[in-house]
Amino acid sequence: MGQCGPARGAGSTRSVVRALALGIAGALIFTGCTVERYWGGEKVADNGKAKIGLVTKTDTNPYFVLLRNAARQQARKHGVEFSALAGRFDGDNAGQVTAIENLVQQGATTILITPNSSTGVLAAIDQARAKGVMVLALDTATEPENAVDGTIATDNTEAGEKQGRYVRAALGNTEPQLLMIDGTPGSSVDTERHTGFLRGFGMKEGDRRILGADSANGDQNMAQEAAENLLQRARSVNSVYTMNEPTARGFNAALQGSGLDPIVGSIDGGCQGVSNVRSGQIDATVMQFPAKMAQLGVDAAVEHAKSGKKVSGFHNTGSIVITDKPMPGVPSKNTEWGEKNCWGDT
Amino acid sequence: MTTSVETAPSARKTNLGEFILRTPAVGPALALLVAIAVFAMTTDTFLELDNLSLVVAQSLVIGTIALGQTLIILTAGIDLSCASIAVLATLVMADLAVGGMPGWVALLLGIVVTSAIAALNGALITSIRLPPFIVTLGMFTIATAVARIYSDGQSIPTTDSVLRWLSTRRYLFGGIEVTYGMTLALIMVLGLAYALAKTAWGKHVYAVGNDPEAARLSGISVRRTLLSVYIVAGVIYGIAAWQALGRVPNADPNAFQIGNLDAITAVVLGGTSLFGGRGSVLGTMIGALIVATLRSGLTQAGIDDLYQDVATGTLVIVAVALDRLSRRKQS
Repeated sequence: MGQCGPARGAGSTRSVVRALALGIAGALIFTGCTVERYWGGEKVADNGKAKIGLVTKTDTNPYFVLLRNAARQQARKHGVEFSALAGRFDGDNAGQVTAIENLVQQGATTILITPNSSTGVLAAIDQARAKGVMVLALDTATEPENAVDGTIATDNTEAGEKQGRYVRAALGNTEPQLLMIDGTPGSSVDTERHTGFLRGFGMKEGDRRILGADSANGDQNMAQEAAENLLQRARSVNSVYTMNEPTARGFNAALQGSGLDPIVGSIDGGCQGVSNVRSGQIDATVMQFPAKMAQLGVDAAVEHAKSGKKVSGFHNTGSIVITDKPMPGVPSKNTEWGEKNCWGDT
Repeated sequence: MTTSVETAPSARKTNLGEFILRTPAVGPALALLVAIAVFAMTTDTFLELDNLSLVVAQSLVIGTIALGQTLIILTAGIDLSCASIAVLATLVMADLAVGGMPGWVALLLGIVVTSAIAALNGALITSIRLPPFIVTLGMFTIATAVARIYSDGQSIPTTDSVLRWLSTRRYLFGGIEVTYGMTLALIMVLGLAYALAKTAWGKHVYAVGNDPEAARLSGISVRRTLLSVYIVAGVIYGIAAWQALGRVPNADPNAFQIGNLDAITAVVLGGTSLFGGRGSVLGTMIGALIVATLRSGLTQAGIDDLYQDVATGTLVIVAVALDRLSRRKQS
């Protein structure tokens, strides 16, 4: 390594050039083929037909994969063009801005977006709307909410409140000793669920019966670590808020062998989460309905392309407690129902 | 293993292959042109002037970070902390501006922060002789955490006109939208290219990257050269932070989490060798443009982004394979 001599045979340089040409050709054949396969050479149509772009937070979370698949399926049903883009990690604002810009350039009539940071992508959304594109927020509201034409989402405060009400009811008359595992600090979903939970639980922020709280960014491994640390000093815990199901699973992993058995609540309604409820690892989870968000979003896009009518305001796609130990005063469905309506794989 | 630093090309007959080898930016430039040609043919929106402007704007932040990364990679080093340092600087700049400080002071202080951290990297690498990979891996972790601590996990929007200056003031140049950010990037590329090609410092950078021992024997202060490279890179990261605020006027501790890898991608696609001693800043800017072009073109062709990542990754491997092959042929 590090050597370089002035002598180069003409033959060897030629083969390097050949390799270079091959490499470029290879890359182009790859991209070229995919272009062909996707559009079949068809050109952009602008005859009242919707062209929908979906921008999710990431490609990795099964929740967004479901959102994407449901939207694609619905778009196929309507026979309209659809493409899906995403940020590459939670908080990738620049990636989402780039995705929006490229979709506008592509001639999208509607952009459905699960915005990363509520304020991060507002400027790009503004520009898209100025060019006549309808922008709908899916799953996560922007801040302020009217930065987009409309929002189709779970009311996360309400979902958090349902979790809180269930966990409190399950405690009965026992004095609560609460641990909270939050999501990504600063994200609106995290804040809303947290606030909603405390409201439903009947407790104020800063209450001394909250033994501890930590953020785990919705990640199972981080949640396990956070829970292990919290459990070191909070042996009297009897109730747990988790921001989503991977977080609950992380908490459960931390509980193993500790001899503790607190009431664990969660939110999401993924199929794995529902099966965790069935097996008793999670006591109750609040199911949300991403497929419904995607379908409503695509339907709205198709309608908008046809008639120019725009969706406005907040559309709550609802949420429901899933548990096999129903509590009085907390409406819920059992895990059998949950398994039929959950999202993702078990 | 004997080593001879390459001398200026003699009067020997040169053919196209040698030209490409000697001028590392030519290969990437060709790849970029071919990509543009393909997208121009397969989509009817790619080749619009607006879109070409957009592609350039989209490549500015990573492109700028990658300029600093190029300098370090030329010395056979690597900087994994580059993007996290820039993210920290966006937070510092936005926070100070929100706190009432004049925008240009906030900007300068942000650049001071990035330079200081990069200088610390350089000092650890040169004085204790730690491998750059380890030092910057540690600094990457630290800077990411400090950014979250500093901002309390919250993003900080900014409306300061100085901090947003690189994107908000646009002028038309023969119908083409050009932002000040683009102009600044161009000036930086030209300035760095000049410094690398025409000054003693630039020659030292290449020499240290080729073979530090040989460089030392020929009277170059390897330590001083390395340290200067890290500091210059730090200043560049500060400017990248400025570009980032121009593009998204919202400093976010979670932004550019894999910006370090993106920057390395741009450097490698730009024909700079990860083994040091060979490459160019012009190539790096082209490398950043290639990534943005693929993203934009493939989106307009209606292709989902996971396939876009497959395409980018493939190109990276091809680029490094070519570098490896050409080195083997030369030896």
